[in-house]
Amino acid sequence: MGRRIVLGMLGLGAVGVAAGRWLSDGVTEVVASTAPGLANVLPATGGFRIYTVTSGYPEYDPATYRLAVNGLVRDELSLSLADLAALPQTGITKDFQCVTGWRVANVPWSGVLLRDVLTAAGVEPGGAALHFTSFDGVYTESLTMEQGMAPDVLVATSMFGAPIQEKHGAPVRLYVVPMYGYKSLKWLSGIEVVRDVIPGYWEQLGYDVDAYVGTSNGRSDDPVV
Amino acid sequence: MVAAMTLSSDAAVAPVQLQRFGTAERWVHRTIGILLLILIITAALLFIPDLGGLVGNRQTVRRIHEIVGFALPIPLLLALLSRAFRDDADRLNRFRPTDWQWLRSRDRRSGRIPVGKFNAGQKLNAAFSLGAILVLLATGTVMFFSSYFPDALRTGATFVHDWLSIAFIIVVVGHIYMAFNDATARLGMRSGSVPESWARREHGEWAAEELGTAAPND
Repeated sequence: MGRRIVLGMLGLGAVGVAAGRWLSDGVTEVVASTAPGLANVLPATGGFRIYTVTSGYPEYDPATYRLAVNGLVRDELSLSLADLAALPQTGITKDFQCVTGWRVANVPWSGVLLRDVLTAAGVEPGGAALHFTSFDGVYTESLTMEQGMAPDVLVATSMFGAPIQEKHGAPVRLYVVPMYGYKSLKWLSGIEVVRDVIPGYWEQLGYDVDAYVGTSNGRSDDPVV
Repeated sequence: MVAAMTLSSDAAVAPVQLQRFGTAERWVHRTIGILLLILIITAALLFIPDLGGLVGNRQTVRRIHEIVGFALPIPLLLALLSRAFRDDADRLNRFRPTDWQWLRSRDRRSGRIPVGKFNAGQKLNAAFSLGAILVLLATGTVMFFSSYFPDALRTGATFVHDWLSIAFIIVVVGHIYMAFNDATARLGMRSGSVPESWARREHGEWAAEELGTAAPND
């Protein structure tokens, strides 16, 4: 009998793996419509899984926080939260897709388009790529200038209609709509305009530099458009 | 077998002890327990955003979870070398009609329904735990070698791994709770032997078998 239970569980496990994508979507839908708060506690019900590469969440003081924009620019900028709030604001509601497979549907973001920040600084000739740094002191990311100037790359200051939470990268993070989540660097503190792409943290560990959802990293997820 | 026979006149001062678990079984139990504890802690850090945020270092936590996960079956496989472990596995595998009666009855602790070396709850726990470990190992392997599997299987494996681990943790907590309420049972797993009186009360058939008054039944 014990053996039958073990074999039965192996069978159920196999069925669960085969039907898992469908079941998992079902659970996400049910939780979203009945107890949306649950996803914050149990990401298996459709919420964000929180990834950090350092201990805890990096601290900052809203009064002294500055976003540095430098490198090949006409004017180096040091933007406070008030400065960012004074730039044209853009809202985007799109999915967030992680390269490990989870996806959070219809996340409302807002902030300043990266291209509006770059326009304010003025990109000098030769500035063909962007190097992003996080004040966690470790994480970095990259985009080509063309990717960064697209109208769906946000220097986000708000998420779900409220200031970005610590775990999501407060006070400022990137949201790169068409790419996997690792491109959307959290705790953004520096944007440097450079000549060539410098692969970011995960890209040095083997992930694709051009991380378009559905056509990179060997995955076939539905694109985020 | 009777570990210590005493003269009847001494019985009151030196209670008879019955050998319940051998060295191999106790070591396997201890090793699996420690490995599972590490797996549960790292799982909680990987899985619950607000806990994981306190510790961070996701890569390191993940690496520990993976190494310990792949190490989990090793003590089980080594245990198969032990005759006592295999015998107990046989006993755990064997369900008898009285086991179902025992599970359904309200007075299952009264001793009315005979219980062998393991009661039906322990048998179910053992089977579920082994099944859960194997399924978690298999789905964890898919997640570890994820680049070799299509997206749908990766998502499916993650789904099964997530929810089965929640169920398994609940069962493990239940197991610890039952042990918490029975100091003699814990002593049995720690020292290997239990007093005859406890054995007669909790595992009457097994006690009779050990004392030589009944043939082995399960």
